[in-house]
Amino acid sequence: MSHKTTNWSSSDDAMVESAIRSGASRRDLLKLMLASGVALTAASAIVGRASEAVAATPVKGGALKAAGWSSSTADTLDPAKASLSTDYVRCCSFYNRLTFLDKAGVPQMELAESIETSDAQSWTIKLKKGVTFHNGKDLTADDVIFSLKRHQDKATGSKVATIAAQMTGFRAVDKNTLEVTLASPNADLPTILSMHHFMIVADGTTDFSSGNGTGAFKCKQFEPGVRSIGVRNPNYFKESSNVDSFEFFAIQDENARINALLSGDIHLAAAINPRSVRLFEGVNGFTLSTTTSGTYTDLNIRMDMAPGNNRDFVEGMKYLVNRQQIVKSALRGFGVVGNDQPVSPANFFHNAALKPKQFDPEKAKFHFQKAGVLGQSIEVITSDAANSAIDMAMIVQATAAQIGLKLDVKRVPTDGYWNNYWLKAPIHFGNINPRPTPDILFSLLYKSDAPWNESRYSSEKFDKMLIEARGALDQAKRREIYNDMQIMVSEEAGTIIPAYISNVDAITDKLKGLEPNPLGGMMGYAFAEYIWLTA
Amino acid sequence: MRKQVSSLVIRRLLIALITLVIVSFAVFFATALLPGDTATILLGQSATPEAIEGLRNAMHLNDPAILRFLRWIGGLFRGDFGTSYANNVPIADLIRGRFANTMKLAGLTAAVSVPLALTLGITAAIWRGTLYDRFVTVATIGIISVPEFMIATLAVLLFAVYLRWLPALSLTNEIKSFHDLLRVYAMPVVTLTFGVSAQMIRMTRAAVVETLNTPYVEMALLKGASRSRLVLKHALPNALGPIVNSVALSLSYLLGGVIIVETIFNYPGIAKLMVDAVSTRDLPLIQTCAMIFCVGYLFLITAADIIAVLSNPRLR
Repeated sequence: MSHKTTNWSSSDDAMVESAIRSGASRRDLLKLMLASGVALTAASAIVGRASEAVAATPVKGGALKAAGWSSSTADTLDPAKASLSTDYVRCCSFYNRLTFLDKAGVPQMELAESIETSDAQSWTIKLKKGVTFHNGKDLTADDVIFSLKRHQDKATGSKVATIAAQMTGFRAVDKNTLEVTLASPNADLPTILSMHHFMIVADGTTDFSSGNGTGAFKCKQFEPGVRSIGVRNPNYFKESSNVDSFEFFAIQDENARINALLSGDIHLAAAINPRSVRLFEGVNGFTLSTTTSGTYTDLNIRMDMAPGNNRDFVEGMKYLVNRQQIVKSALRGFGVVGNDQPVSPANFFHNAALKPKQFDPEKAKFHFQKAGVLGQSIEVITSDAANSAIDMAMIVQATAAQIGLKLDVKRVPTDGYWNNYWLKAPIHFGNINPRPTPDILFSLLYKSDAPWNESRYSSEKFDKMLIEARGALDQAKRREIYNDMQIMVSEEAGTIIPAYISNVDAITDKLKGLEPNPLGGMMGYAFAEYIWLTA
Repeated sequence: MRKQVSSLVIRRLLIALITLVIVSFAVFFATALLPGDTATILLGQSATPEAIEGLRNAMHLNDPAILRFLRWIGGLFRGDFGTSYANNVPIADLIRGRFANTMKLAGLTAAVSVPLALTLGITAAIWRGTLYDRFVTVATIGIISVPEFMIATLAVLLFAVYLRWLPALSLTNEIKSFHDLLRVYAMPVVTLTFGVSAQMIRMTRAAVVETLNTPYVEMALLKGASRSRLVLKHALPNALGPIVNSVALSLSYLLGGVIIVETIFNYPGIAKLMVDAVSTRDLPLIQTCAMIFCVGYLFLITAADIIAVLSNPRLR
């Protein structure tokens, strides 16, 4: 970035770029910047630079090398077991799903030609013709049934077993058509099928190490915990990939990952900590790609035990959390202020009218006084296991001290956090990864009997609305119900979601065509088949 | 005399074997103390009680610990290292490539550091008290005091990021020529050499200085032996015991202790494999890695002891 503007950081660059991608005009952007006091000449230079990055034509060739942040011997090419971004990236390059989400969060067909239903309960899925697996076998309805059904087998160890459990009936109509029956109506099936775990594998596969899928790359080498190398699949049913080959591995140490990118060893370094973003300032040839896809770290107050069983305590905490400051300091600006409900702005059903609670220590104090907790010492569990939770805890603790509430912040190790503290401690931090639909989020996190009901929220009305929205095929009606449910969660539940955290990937300027996607960073992990490399 | 030597050597080997058994027990029970098991770690956040139970049964994690331990030990005697819990791959497959990488790195580092350290140590002892000796001493103490990650990070920043002479990562699959080999291994080998040779230099110097002070060396000097003969023929053989021991200790570090260098250069070696295995609670893999480190360590130490015994004129 040669054009240097005073006080203009790469987080602002990323912000402008994402505004352009989401359709802001040049005039809008200039207005936006003039409002924040950037001089006109500098502002036009910034807009020109960002547009340059968005518009260009793909070129073929090159060997793409990218590094994620987590990898171990547990790396797998079995989509059902995929658990880390590394697995998702690999699965996206070797396999395909029936559907995928575009950047607006709307499901588009991938292996499926069409997915139709009249009652949201029995679905007819037609497959594209002429799709072949890497070993030459044709894609048939049997492969799809096998791929979906195996999630229900306990021995598979599937991450989406609970979601897959609702698919109760499978029937192959002909070679390219199948019917799926659900236990109860669910209009979200096309979106659910876009989850990375529902990649389609060949019928009868038990050994997944060869990565035999229909995807844009054929697996040439896969060593768990070391690397994977894919080469372009010439028989790909979509437009074949731009790059000739794709090597993916993880560099766990963040400094090493950044250095590898700066030295030109890799083209993309995924998940850069906001703290390290300054390392790229003043260095030419690198850009940051920001995605806010709905990951969040939340402060959970269990409402079934003290002190959270006192309504006023929860209410006070919501006023006490300084959301703006958390985004500014804990996340270094790489986040969007949240409004205490899990459906993020990247989601199609996000309720934009629901504004977050304003930081108001006076109101907080009033509620704490009513709850009679001032002067007591209240334990808050935090850990590095949840992204930025330690910084957030510090910020909340400092503001609490100003109004006389003593928060005893206890920092516990990452190892074993999810088993020993999460969902268990009275006040603790959680970290939730993006899910594609409000239904999944609510069923998983807020339904009265939800497995991860972080604050033990329970409302009969809410549960009823959840079932009602799930089976509704009328989009407008669903939106209305989901809007109301977001308001209920925001006001009634004990989960404080101060911000949706952005994922920042650092890329070299040679890598083009990377777009944000609601399913996660690196273009929803599927970047390899879309991007291209310039000389 | 010969009988005494062989009984000493045999006793040394027996002790090594017993140590191995004790270590395998210790590692097994230490891992069992870690919170959570493979099923909970693999399922992570998405773990529901039924899912964990199902996976545990499928993986035979519900069997008593001692049964799993015996099964593993039994397999080991048949040359079968078992199967990884985390991804169902035979452990031999997981370890093979990594072990070769570790041996390559250790071998190259040893090839550079041992001759370097011995030369510096011996020459510093010969010219003890000179400017050269002081320089070597100050430099080795300085290098001992700088932690490895600092040297490695500085090297990467300088040679990879600013000068762009060397790659920041050590990707072993890209080695196609001798030139590539040098480029890939230059920084990790230099970093490790700094770490391991300082100790050896100090020990070598001390041992040689001590023997140079003995009456028989003085005797040789009075008889008119040349300086090089004095050191190489008279002093060095007697200083060999402590030197070999310090070399063995330093080299054993290269087997399992190079996790920092492996992390910074993203080098797929066996130390990182073991750390992965601990985080996924992959018991058979942890055990196997621990046994490899233990065997390597015992081999080096026992070899050093035997060399010391054999080189001891009083026992020869």
